[in-house]
Amino acid sequence: MRYVTRRAGLFAITLWAALTVNFIIPRVMPGNEATAVLATFRGVNPAALHALQIEFGVNVHQNLLITYLQYIANCFTGQFGLTAQRVPVLTEIISKLPWTLALVGVTTVIAFVIGTMVGVVSAWRRGGRLDGILPPMLFIVATFPVFFVGLLLLFVFAVWLNWLPLSSNYSIGAEPSLSLSFIGDVLTHALLPGLSLVIVTAGLWIYSMRNNMITTLAEDYVKMGRAKGLRSWRIMLDYAARNAILPNLTGFAMQLGYVLGGSILVEYTFSYPGLGYLFYTSTTDHDLPLMQALFLVYTLAVLVCVLLADLLTAGLDPRTREA
Amino acid sequence: MSTAAITSEAGPLPPAGAAAHGAALGRFTQAILRNRKATAGTLILLIVVFVAVFPGLIARDDPQAAIYGQDLGPSTQHLLGTTLLGQDVFAQLIWGTRLTLIVTVVVSAIATLISMIIGVTAAYVGGLTDRALSLLTDIFLILPTLPLLIVLASYLPPGSVTMIVVLTLTSWAFQARQLRSQGLSLRARDFLAAARVRGERTSYIILVEIIPTMTSLIVASFLGLSVFVVGFAAGLQFLGLGNSTELTWGTMLYYAQQGGALEAGNAWWALAPGAAVAFMGAGFALVNYAFDEIGNPALRPVRKRRARTTA
Repeated sequence: MRYVTRRAGLFAITLWAALTVNFIIPRVMPGNEATAVLATFRGVNPAALHALQIEFGVNVHQNLLITYLQYIANCFTGQFGLTAQRVPVLTEIISKLPWTLALVGVTTVIAFVIGTMVGVVSAWRRGGRLDGILPPMLFIVATFPVFFVGLLLLFVFAVWLNWLPLSSNYSIGAEPSLSLSFIGDVLTHALLPGLSLVIVTAGLWIYSMRNNMITTLAEDYVKMGRAKGLRSWRIMLDYAARNAILPNLTGFAMQLGYVLGGSILVEYTFSYPGLGYLFYTSTTDHDLPLMQALFLVYTLAVLVCVLLADLLTAGLDPRTREA
Repeated sequence: MSTAAITSEAGPLPPAGAAAHGAALGRFTQAILRNRKATAGTLILLIVVFVAVFPGLIARDDPQAAIYGQDLGPSTQHLLGTTLLGQDVFAQLIWGTRLTLIVTVVVSAIATLISMIIGVTAAYVGGLTDRALSLLTDIFLILPTLPLLIVLASYLPPGSVTMIVVLTLTSWAFQARQLRSQGLSLRARDFLAAARVRGERTSYIILVEIIPTMTSLIVASFLGLSVFVVGFAAGLQFLGLGNSTELTWGTMLYYAQQGGALEAGNAWWALAPGAAVAFMGAGFALVNYAFDEIGNPALRPVRKRRARTTA
């Protein structure tokens, strides 16, 4: 129980840190870009303008502490102000969220499952054919920047072979619906961005899972399992893999920030209109309110996943529940 | 065995020390040559350093001069073709190596230093200091790196200095945690107790007594960070958050993306700098991986031993 409260405390503090980073940066950075941006916001809804002024500390003639508390309250009630296009920031984010959620969610799960399984099997048959080829190859590929893998796939499949579309999330003129043809269209557009993310992240899982397995396989309880004459798949999965996967689950949550960062670059490479592409356009448009809100969304996403990984670890490993 | 130890102790000190030094260097070279990954990685890094130091020997064209035909394909004059503005892509690639390497090495070095100081101080001092520093480390570990980088870089004037500052600020945490756990395992050792009894200051103990014992872990931290920094620096510049007048692989990628290199059939313009980033990252990763294997024999390839047992 103490473990859970300690973790919950860490989340609260991290979220607070992210909010504070957002609050402090516009106030301490040189050049005061925020003033210039807010100067363009004349004649918009006064309530939204006030939220922005609090966020950036422009034209706020009151105690800094009160402004700070007001800012945090605004964030919790979803008042992030307006984008450069005068659309509420929250509306804009919610409209792009599903695309990124689906892309990152599906690819992360696929990469984790493939990576963990290959890691388990290649450690089990160490020095075998699979172990000799896949881990070293994918380990090198995992160090490739995700946008390079994306550009390479784009070149081969979209430009050279002309099999798959170059960019966007569905064809121009296609009407969003639940019809088979539209779903197929969406999938063909998501295939290359998804594949880039899977290729880059799977290697990390293989590497860490293989190393964890090698350490676990040397444990006495694995020998015990062999001595009892258990089937080898049972030793591999129930005895070794179940223990070897624990550090990977913690790593999973830690890696998620990396995967989300990768998804920004992938969405930019493929002009895939999700949150990452929105993040990119917010930097080119100097759309500071949108940018800061997106930073919070990404932080929140990582926090939720760390929490889920913690719960999963507690479920698999009784020791963490007692500690 | 014992006689050898005695003679070396009895002998004049300086030559014995030098010999030990030479032997260590020899062992180091041998370790690199014996491990295939280490050989490949070292070779890659040597090539990158050579290109960064002597770009003029390899590419004679002015990398920024827009004097050639636009979007030309590869030819003997232009090995990788030209950009949309008519610059030589090969010359840009070669001349862009220097700044890319400098940013990577400087960031990795400073971040390693920060992680070392924070991690070891947390472990050695303990108590409230440890709690505060560990909390700081955990916060930086959880905050998503690229989004944080984007926010920071957007507010600062674009350029290499900004790049170095924001990358350093966001990349030290993981290594700090590793060095802390290593530091914890050293805490109860006798040589530290001896230093405390001598009345040494905490800063002296950390810098002179503890950190030198962690050299291998610190080198590994540096290498691991470099892999990460090459990719992130290029990624930021690719997104247009670098200074677009500076020549790096990342800014090349940015111009290629903006100029629609792939769509225009000018694939090398985009793929060459991407491949260069991957090449350099792989060099650091290979050396790092080999370092792991040399330090942790359990991870070494087992093919030979297996062949013997089955035979």
